Amino acid sequence: MSADVTLRDRFERGLAAPICLTWELTYACNLACTHCLSSSGRRDPKELTTPEALGLIDEIAAMQIFYINIGGGEPMIRSDFFQIIEHAVDRHVGVKFSTNGTRIDPVAARRLAAMDYLDIQISIDGADAATSDKIRGLGTYDQARRAMDNLKDANFGQFKISVVMTRDSVEQLDAFEELARGYGAELRLTRLRPSGRGVDVWDQLHPTRQQNRDLYYWLLDRPNVLTGDSFFHLSALGTPLDGLNLCGAGRVVCLIDPVGNVYACPFVIHDEFLAGNIRAAGFDAVWTNSELFRSLREPGNPGACGSCGSYDACRGGCMAAKFFTGLELTDPDPECVFGHGETALAAKRVEIRPTPSPDHSRRTKVILGTR
Amino acid sequence: MSAPTLASFDATAAWQLSEQVSLRDESFGALAYHHGNRRLVFLKSRELVEVVRALSGHESARATVAALVPELQRSNYEAALASLAVSDVLNVR
Repeated sequence: MSADVTLRDRFERGLAAPICLTWELTYACNLACTHCLSSSGRRDPKELTTPEALGLIDEIAAMQIFYINIGGGEPMIRSDFFQIIEHAVDRHVGVKFSTNGTRIDPVAARRLAAMDYLDIQISIDGADAATSDKIRGLGTYDQARRAMDNLKDANFGQFKISVVMTRDSVEQLDAFEELARGYGAELRLTRLRPSGRGVDVWDQLHPTRQQNRDLYYWLLDRPNVLTGDSFFHLSALGTPLDGLNLCGAGRVVCLIDPVGNVYACPFVIHDEFLAGNIRAAGFDAVWTNSELFRSLREPGNPGACGSCGSYDACRGGCMAAKFFTGLELTDPDPECVFGHGETALAAKRVEIRPTPSPDHSRRTKVILGTR
Repeated sequence: MSAPTLASFDATAAWQLSEQVSLRDESFGALAYHHGNRRLVFLKSRELVEVVRALSGHESARATVAALVPELQRSNYEAALASLAVSDVLNVR
């Protein structure tokens, strides 16, 4: 999907409804990945009930939101998981859901394979157990592979293998491609963000400038690799990567969290980017009327990037990446391909980073065995 | 039936919005989402959206355009319908 510049301007002024709505079903998770965007672990007692969840889907269908991205936490932990996604698909709302795969046993795989309008993304963070388990926990790579095997055996069709690009995983691009090919799966790569627990590991794990350059050229050669428009900050290197190439926060994208809070995007679960709650007057009211979203739809201030010849290509990069590294929103992206972000970070005499809110991390570390 | 190429689009055939496609009005026109191939398509004028919605009520794409579009612009609209047919947004009914 690509869009011309005038269309992109329209998108920046917001749409009648999001193109891409992410809904985290629960903060509960059986894993404890070090880079978790939503600091998940423990279920929140105020999470949406089944009737509330089904009602939200009815509203999403009425708003003609084409599909929803379901995540968590681990969404399959909710006992009404299948009821929720079947309700969506029955109303022609497509479902793409992200999972760690631990709950996709042969029975679940067959049930998933029987559904239309359903995409599954299984997350790994390395092309081998050692690399992946370092981030996701001992035994998790093998569990994810078992889920992939089960989907394949159930003839699910083309699922997606989703990988966050870290300093380690970015060195394994060809191996990921090979793995996906072996399953007849699609490969999906996304950017490591300093959001949630990611704030603690971003400094050590985010790709170096050279690695980002290599990734950009690798992606340019492979338009079939999905990125969720994740790497538009790299488009400043030349030819734009496939996608809308803009920050969609509050304009074409938003996030509904497990308790019904609406945030500007999946990477900014923080009070500063909280637009409202669906329990008050419904989702449409938040999307249309929230003061935060209205201000995001105003023409932005390019700030320090205004004088850079590549501003049109990268639009100053990712709001969440700036915010959680303590930069101003008018500063360059911390991973600016020209190094302007590193300069801006270095120029800060005192580094004050926002703490993620809320935090549902478990208080004790989870050790997972290899069953 | 497989999708036509731009050149092979038959404007005299009876076309319709594919039942696999959701069409949502937007200020600039509409967004179309194809649930089968998962692609988004942008319709960049409200007039084009009207033509697309009217297709199923006319005997052909050409007749639809003739009923709704001033003569000088008709070839542009047929070309736009051709590209929508190529993207599988439209199919022959």
